[in-house]
Amino acid sequence: MTQHSIAHGVFHIERTYPGVTPRRVFDAFATESGKAAWFVAGGNTWTLLEREFDFRPGGRERLKTRWESGIVTMFDAIYFDIVPGERIVYAYDLWHEDRKLSVSLATLEFHAVDGGTKFKLCEQGAFLDGYDDAGAREHGTNELMDRMEATLSEPVDVARP
Amino acid sequence: MSLDLTFQALADPTRRAMVERLAKGPCSVSELAQPFAMSLPAVYQHLQMLEASGLVASEKVGRVRTCRMEPAAMSLAETWINRRRTDWEARLDRLGEHLRRHPDGEPQ
Repeated sequence: MTQHSIAHGVFHIERTYPGVTPRRVFDAFATESGKAAWFVAGGNTWTLLEREFDFRPGGRERLKTRWESGIVTMFDAIYFDIVPGERIVYAYDLWHEDRKLSVSLATLEFHAVDGGTKFKLCEQGAFLDGYDDAGAREHGTNELMDRMEATLSEPVDVARP
Repeated sequence: MSLDLTFQALADPTRRAMVERLAKGPCSVSELAQPFAMSLPAVYQHLQMLEASGLVASEKVGRVRTCRMEPAAMSLAETWINRRRTDWEARLDRLGEHLRRHPDGEPQ
């Protein structure tokens, strides 16, 4: 695809981790070893090509991976704000081979609730030029259209003149 | 779910009817409002939700605002959100599992 386009997206995720302090959940993001335990799927489906982990405002995190399929992806982030145990803000771009897919701002919040932690993630991104990976975009579009059609085929009971 | 905004926009029968109308082609806000027994501000509110979801775009030329479906922009944004969100859901599942295996007080 040579056409340049941009689409904006935002999503929120909330999770509650019972019996764990916000500090511990935060630490799973704050240390390289803590993050290694969960950030990328386990197993032998990928090879680590490059890793940088500099967790401080202005610091960079970089993770370059070759997947079983041979495809190389890279997550390249800069931390902008860190409040220990409470908040992390970073911006990152995501690469698929030599293509920049998106540039995003992620905010992570860690709140104490009933002896556990409520974790809130918000990600806002600019998605560049569409995907070009094995028709995934077309697949996604078709799937969306199918689901939209299903929704639209539900009865519309609105007063008409 | 990945299609939150889209489904939120389509959860309302009035907005579904508006999308059905726009699927046939662009039209002005007053044409869009015509079948409904509601005030113009209420119609604009529905239109705002449809625009926020990326399903619909509108453009004002002179005194007339024209609305149209925007399936391409919507699908790109939705694809992007879908991917990022799916990544995060899987990561946070693994994080939860990791935290369960290593209770408070134990070194990680």
